[in-house]
Amino acid sequence: MDSSRRKFLKIAGISAVAGIGAPSALNMLMKNEVQASSAGGEHGAQTEAHGEQGGHGAAPTGKRYGMVIDAVKFHENQGLAEKCIAACHDYFNVPNFGNKKDEIKWLWQMPFTNAFPGDESHYKKDDRTHAMQFMVLCNHCDNPPCVRACPTKATFKNADGIVMMDFHRCIGCRFCMAACPYGARSFNWRDPRGSKDGVPFIKKVNPEFPTRMRGVVEKCSFCDLRVKRGLQPLCVEATGDTKAMVFGDLNDPNSEVSQVLRARFTIQRKPSLGTMPSVFYII
Amino acid sequence: MYNKGTIIPGLIIFVGLMLFAIFNNFGEKVEPPKPEKPVGYKECVKPLQYMKESHMELLNVWRDEVIREGKREQVAAGGAMYEKSLQNGCMHCHTSKKKFCDTCHEYASVYPYCWDCHVAPQENMALEEAK
Repeated sequence: MDSSRRKFLKIAGISAVAGIGAPSALNMLMKNEVQASSAGGEHGAQTEAHGEQGGHGAAPTGKRYGMVIDAVKFHENQGLAEKCIAACHDYFNVPNFGNKKDEIKWLWQMPFTNAFPGDESHYKKDDRTHAMQFMVLCNHCDNPPCVRACPTKATFKNADGIVMMDFHRCIGCRFCMAACPYGARSFNWRDPRGSKDGVPFIKKVNPEFPTRMRGVVEKCSFCDLRVKRGLQPLCVEATGDTKAMVFGDLNDPNSEVSQVLRARFTIQRKPSLGTMPSVFYII
Repeated sequence: MYNKGTIIPGLIIFVGLMLFAIFNNFGEKVEPPKPEKPVGYKECVKPLQYMKESHMELLNVWRDEVIREGKREQVAAGGAMYEKSLQNGCMHCHTSKKKFCDTCHEYASVYPYCWDCHVAPQENMALEEAK
């Protein structure tokens, strides 16, 4: 009895040590192997990340669409902004609920202090800047916070750097609206197909584009469907020959946007947040 | 058995009520739905049998390709090219939601929510090119 208990305790102790020790020892061995083999792969991933940053290290290969908005030209051409907004909102069936609180905005105007908060010094900027209205829209950020917030991947950045919405997948949680620092996203509190006092929220439904339903977030899509066909976004097209808006590939050094960006001084909205907006302003 | 007098007639009434729907419709002929096919078109983007069984899957694939992958190239059918789109593709030929989509969907009692957002073509608007 005595000797068998002694034996039992010995075996139990050894197996406990082996049981606890073996997996960790095995893990250490495995890790070493993985580290050794991943040395080459990591390097590749780093260069790839550099490419996405654009402008640093290796030349970027993908497209990244962006836009330059000349606020001075919009200021000089009164009515041009409204024309652009109408071109956009008419095509995409953007409803007008006749109520500021429920407003749906893809493209709209803002005064300087609202569009560029934090950019005012304690000295007053010139009166013209303060009198100007700035066209604002989704910035199609290179580092979009809305995409990170979306729990269903309804909003995502596509291969061309455009931040897209898949309305089919939107569950209306509005996390993206909380995440977007530009207020570029609007929520359909009401059914866009409805009407108030006999006036439909969408004046004339464009049969080429769907409407939205209640409980869905919407925003500017940089006219992804037109860009894919080699056309300019509707707002840019509406500016005509004024060149108040210039659209193109920021990664292509010869594109019109890149040339304008090189030639003119431009500012972005809230660049300090690190979202890397793709919309630039000439003021 | 206790309460034989109430249980057995009760059971008979219950079973009778449950089977009423079957007896009532027994032998009645239900016409299969006849969706109206577009005039002047011979071929769809996929074989007829596939479209009958799996058009909803094709629509989902199109949606993902167009929105997520940016593959907006057109698809060919019967010598013509069509958009990968419900509104601008399918309904280009199938001009009536009521006479095409709804006939089968109502028969099968399925109510997809496509049209909560997508805009159905106006009824009684025959296509010019089909004439």
